[in-house]
Amino acid sequence: MSEGSIFSLILGAILVNNVIFSRFLGICPYLGVSKRQDTALGMGLAVIFVMTLCGAITWPLQEYVLDPGALGPGIDLSYLRTIVFILVIASLVQLVEIVLKKTAPGLYQALGIYLPLITTNCAILGIAILSVQQKLTYVEDIVFSAASATGFALALILFAGVRERLAMRNVPRGLAGVPIGLITAGILAMAFMGFAGLGT
Amino acid sequence: MSQLQNFTKGLWRENPVLRILLGFCPTLAVTTSAIDALGMGAATTFVLLGSNTVISSIRKVVPGQMRIPVFIVVIATFVTVVDLVLQGYFPALSKSLGVFIPLIVVNCIILGRAEAFASKNGIGSSIIDGLGMGLGFTLALFVLGSVREVLGSGSIFGMPLFAADVPRVLIFILPPGAFMSLGCMLWLMNELDLRRKRRV
Repeated sequence: MSEGSIFSLILGAILVNNVIFSRFLGICPYLGVSKRQDTALGMGLAVIFVMTLCGAITWPLQEYVLDPGALGPGIDLSYLRTIVFILVIASLVQLVEIVLKKTAPGLYQALGIYLPLITTNCAILGIAILSVQQKLTYVEDIVFSAASATGFALALILFAGVRERLAMRNVPRGLAGVPIGLITAGILAMAFMGFAGLGT
Repeated sequence: MSQLQNFTKGLWRENPVLRILLGFCPTLAVTTSAIDALGMGAATTFVLLGSNTVISSIRKVVPGQMRIPVFIVVIATFVTVVDLVLQGYFPALSKSLGVFIPLIVVNCIILGRAEAFASKNGIGSSIIDGLGMGLGFTLALFVLGSVREVLGSGSIFGMPLFAADVPRVLIFILPPGAFMSLGCMLWLMNELDLRRKRRV
């Protein structure tokens, strides 16, 4: 595993195959919590935290429990992946919430309200499934999860900046809200297409 | 509300994508062609029917605090069934829908109907509700998929519509086109709604 390929993995996950603009994962929170930049930042940090943790937990689960033959010859539990992963993510989010509340009240204050929303964020499950499908190594898997989450946070914060300005503008009634938001996201996605070819 | 109204509300008045604004991730991701859109719609409708039926029949024995995890397990079971059936009998469709098949688990439409309808109503009306909502989702996906395929690849269901020298608007099958065409579709829906209100 050379340093160069880790670097291109990071660039690829943040810019080229951005979670929002190219993979279409996590659109609901993207449109939902992007009205103000400070909430966008909070949500972005919460997603980075949970997605990295999730990548660190689902990889060993897939490798040592779910993969064919991992628990012994002839045992293939790979069909249980969807159920196992979604339950792990849901309980992980609950656990993170409880632990943060007790040990880091400051961080909990900042991220707390976003944590319950993350269980239904399809980006978390999507990236967990994509990274085990790509057969990455453990280190690559954690790097890929963290970089994808950073891409999500970047997209969210950029978009929130645009939307804060849009809120002051005179938009036709039928276009106001989500429709103009989607068209703006389309223009942002076009900008991100310029990164195609960088990294992997 | 009569059973007919219960069925048709999902198609138009409470269309999950176009009116309630749920389930945007699959809507944006799999509508590059009409056939993928129909496949995704059918898979989601099946899961919705199954989960609504089961959840409505167990609604009296599931304790209140435990209901969300139970719902998720029920939904994940049906998603696994769909995933395996598609892999076995429709490998091409399974390949082009990719990670969005397991991600039906976190489609907010399904958990939303479980929580808002099936956990409060009888089996009969829950089945009709699931069918109506599923078909409404399919309809939205199919319209968007057809528009994008005709404009972006110049074909419908894979059959070419124009001569080879007619230029295609490639942007429509790329990610920015997904955001923009959905934005325009929601804009159109809003305008129709505003016009109807003005008449009343």
